[in-house]
Amino acid sequence: MKIMVAIKRVVDYAVKIRVKPDKSGVETQNVKMSMNPFCEIALEEALRIKESGLASEVVAVSMGPPQCVDTIRTGLAMGADRGIHVEYPDALYPLSVAKLLKALVEVEKPGLLILGKQAIDDDCNQTGQMLAGLLRWPQGTFASKVILDKEKQAATVDREVDGGIETLSLDLPAVITTDLRLNQPRYATLPNIMKAKSKVVKKYTPQDLNVEIKADLEVVQVTEPPKRKVGVVLSSVDELIDKLKNEARVI
Amino acid sequence: MLSRMKTLSCLQILTGCTNTEAQVSSILKYCNSRCLAVVPQGGNTGVVGGNVPVFDEVIINVSSMNNVISFDKVSGILVCEAGCILENLISFLDNRGFIMPLDLGAKGSCQIGGNVSTNAGGLRLLRYGSLHGNVLGLEAVLANGEVLDMLGTLHKDNTGYDLKHLFIGSEGSLGIVTKVSILTPPKLSSVNVAFLACKDYFSCQKLLLEAKRKLGEILSAFEFLDEQSMTLALNHLEGVRNPLPPSLHNFYVLIETTGSNESYDREKLEAFLLSAMEGGLISDGIVAQDIQQASSIWHIREGLPEALIKAGPNYNYDLSLPVEKLYNLVEEMRTRLDNLATVVAYGHLGDGNLHLNISAPQYDDAILAQIEPFVYEWTSKNRGSISAEHGLGLMKANKILYSKSPAAVNVMASIKKLLDPNGILNPYKVLPQSMIH
Repeated sequence: MKIMVAIKRVVDYAVKIRVKPDKSGVETQNVKMSMNPFCEIALEEALRIKESGLASEVVAVSMGPPQCVDTIRTGLAMGADRGIHVEYPDALYPLSVAKLLKALVEVEKPGLLILGKQAIDDDCNQTGQMLAGLLRWPQGTFASKVILDKEKQAATVDREVDGGIETLSLDLPAVITTDLRLNQPRYATLPNIMKAKSKVVKKYTPQDLNVEIKADLEVVQVTEPPKRKVGVVLSSVDELIDKLKNEARVI
Repeated sequence: MLSRMKTLSCLQILTGCTNTEAQVSSILKYCNSRCLAVVPQGGNTGVVGGNVPVFDEVIINVSSMNNVISFDKVSGILVCEAGCILENLISFLDNRGFIMPLDLGAKGSCQIGGNVSTNAGGLRLLRYGSLHGNVLGLEAVLANGEVLDMLGTLHKDNTGYDLKHLFIGSEGSLGIVTKVSILTPPKLSSVNVAFLACKDYFSCQKLLLEAKRKLGEILSAFEFLDEQSMTLALNHLEGVRNPLPPSLHNFYVLIETTGSNESYDREKLEAFLLSAMEGGLISDGIVAQDIQQASSIWHIREGLPEALIKAGPNYNYDLSLPVEKLYNLVEEMRTRLDNLATVVAYGHLGDGNLHLNISAPQYDDAILAQIEPFVYEWTSKNRGSISAEHGLGLMKANKILYSKSPAAVNVMASIKKLLDPNGILNPYKVLPQSMIH
């Protein structure tokens, strides 16, 4: 069985982001970019399934400008077998990504799709769900545990939901999106980094896949959240009572 | 050892009374007139007891002098007060595209005045050099209360004797540093961290040489740790996992590169690692793929002091030794101590600085007898330093002759007598008592 994993290139999780002066978005020039942490977890899960003998191949897909190939190379260095880059110069929103992935599914015919639950730059949390809808495949989102049954061709997925953990059984092929506690992604080891250089990355454009990208969302403005006000250190209980009474007016 | 010391000090002057150098000055003037000894304190992260009062010294804490005075965005020259916490300065500079030239595990608490007074080394000395090179000027208060303004902001100034160098590393025994002017490097965006396994110490040395040659100007750190260090980290540090499972390797090397071009640096690093692997210098390794992974790898190295404290009683030594001979000392210590204690070694291999630690089940004079004076004599015989970066403080106040000649120490004693005739500044520290009087 082939597993396809979608990975996104985003601003590194640890970077202190700044809003551009024209409020059109977040500053991405000269800022460290890395694989979306949830996508890393998705890829790790796919690799573990392959290592347990339940899958034969892991394909890593990324979409966007040419630099996405760096992210794919990281995926290959972790252990993915092949990469696919759908090249598109502008921002891609979940519905477009889902349509492109559906087109790739028709080419690659994977038995399982694993995605991160959301990207840390837009926090959409939509792509996996939309993709399952377009493919009419079952979905197990926010997965904190995945167990495959080869014979029954099914996946048991524990989902982290507000009320606790929900366990679903999905018939394959299916879409799974990963949550934080599913696994801890491996480091890219030197032998794998070297091997990754010779692994194939195939390029497509949306036209190649017969998908028309419509800009159905427009970002109007991006602003910083209001700054948290600095706390004040008081020097006596009397001062505290005075402030509570006269400033905060809560007593 | 330090935990067994009690202090009789009953006066600590801090917030509110030490906001300006003028206040520090009047305190010292008074103390000098009454021959009252003082101990300067800052972040209290020193590891040789330089900040610990021995008897009834008055503690002068400069933590409330924590303002940034000025920062020149073009030259990168930062002028600030001695009580500024290193991590706060790092954040301040980060917003402006610069970094501090030094970085150490204690950055959350240590203050720049203390860093300068101890000539702190840290993790990036290999790249940015020592504080003697980066500190452009400072202001210090002398024993008699005189405020000595050497707060220059010039790269080059060859007018007379460069007095600030006396204060850098003198551990508060010649004056209390109140302001610092320091050159800060620009923050470069591309940082790569690799964690590598070597089968023997000889490979670590060769790797260092190759790294300097092949990585050149982008090399920013080269640290090593041995198998015993890794075991300690895995057992005592939270959230740490073995980066190169499943087994433990004999030696680990952490290499960091910092440059301005992500893809160029990555290519350079990978080419270097490939040739090191093909040459048999490294048996395995990983390269961090994002900032989180890089921090996790650094945490293994930076967390070792913490892990040692958690493991229990610990005798620690900070030595500068010729790189080829460095690990021989570790092996000899293991032979000497046998089953009595665990010898853990790590350090700034790029600087020839070994942090030798003996982790024991309890503090035991029998164990100490196997360690001292052997460690100091061994170091002295190999013309090393018995304190590479930690300073002499109280713990090594009588050990200076292992690394400096009597003639040199006599000159130091003369300088001490000149600047502090009543001997009130941090007494019993740095120089041996016998040589001061």
